[in-house]
Amino acid sequence: MANETPLWEVFIRPRNGLSHKHVGSLHAADEVLALNAARDVYTRRSEGTSIWVVRSSQIVASDPDQAEENFEPTGDKIYRHPTFYDIPEEVGHM
Amino acid sequence: MALFDAVLELADDHLVLGHRISEWCGHAPMLEEDLAMPNMALDLIGTARVLYDHAGKLEGQGRDEDVLAYTRGEREYRNCLLVERENGDFAVTMLRQFYFAAFMEPYWQAAANSSDAVIAGVAGKAVKEMAYHIRHAGEWVIRLGDGTEESAAKMRDAVDELHRYTGELFEEGAAEGEDALPSRASIRPAWEATVAGVFAEANLEMPEVRYAQTGGRNGIHGEALGHMLAEMQVLARAHPGAVW
Repeated sequence: MANETPLWEVFIRPRNGLSHKHVGSLHAADEVLALNAARDVYTRRSEGTSIWVVRSSQIVASDPDQAEENFEPTGDKIYRHPTFYDIPEEVGHM
Repeated sequence: MALFDAVLELADDHLVLGHRISEWCGHAPMLEEDLAMPNMALDLIGTARVLYDHAGKLEGQGRDEDVLAYTRGEREYRNCLLVERENGDFAVTMLRQFYFAAFMEPYWQAAANSSDAVIAGVAGKAVKEMAYHIRHAGEWVIRLGDGTEESAAKMRDAVDELHRYTGELFEEGAAEGEDALPSRASIRPAWEATVAGVFAEANLEMPEVRYAQTGGRNGIHGEALGHMLAEMQVLARAHPGAVW
């Protein structure tokens, strides 16, 4: 059965105001069963308030061979990190 | 003691079906269902525990949930016959779950305003759990009924096997005349509507039942229950009062 059953990626939003995060994958025949399975497999400990499922075959991924040209150029641009000023405490979570 | 007996019937339904589904743990056809079925089992066993605790207090003889679950024999169990039926194949298991949840969801809806605070409390939580069981099991009934030639044949066999046990769901049993619990007969239209909706999508026909099976509320069970209880109770009977 596993050979024919499509793979799905599961994204869970833990709380309102936060974004959906990838939590893992599962097998299911269609989108309805995929949502059910995601609920059963990934929200057993109150992890979520919302679930997205996406067919794994629909994900477009970057090429690992291009990792150097993609990601290394940002390594020495420390001025892009907001580390040169203090955030007032009242602002809270950013 | 009518309310005690009626709550015990409800508790037995939930424990027996919960134990039955838990038997799939580690044996399900796919990993996703191997997690889903214990989830459903835990919903049912959680409800059973609260109901046994409540029944024990109503009775007032000092019997707690463990005594009620582990020391009563087959003839003292008052569950309906549907829930004790053996798991069979996945089609039988999912159809049994669907039939039961399609009954309990409207039942708990009706019980939410019960004069009995414990029953009302259980109802508020259980109604959501049963709504999900209807969805989960119902989707499988549709997928298998409207699936391949083989899956459709298995689902039709499951209907032929189980439908004769559904009439017992609507017998009032010990709850007859109990204001704290809903009338079971009054749940029939909601149950039939839920089942008809799923059967239409699943290309299944509602069979005509000539000889409805009944007797569970009087302790007259099929052979399957004794075997199940023997396995479920062996540890508690071998080591009475054991704790860990």
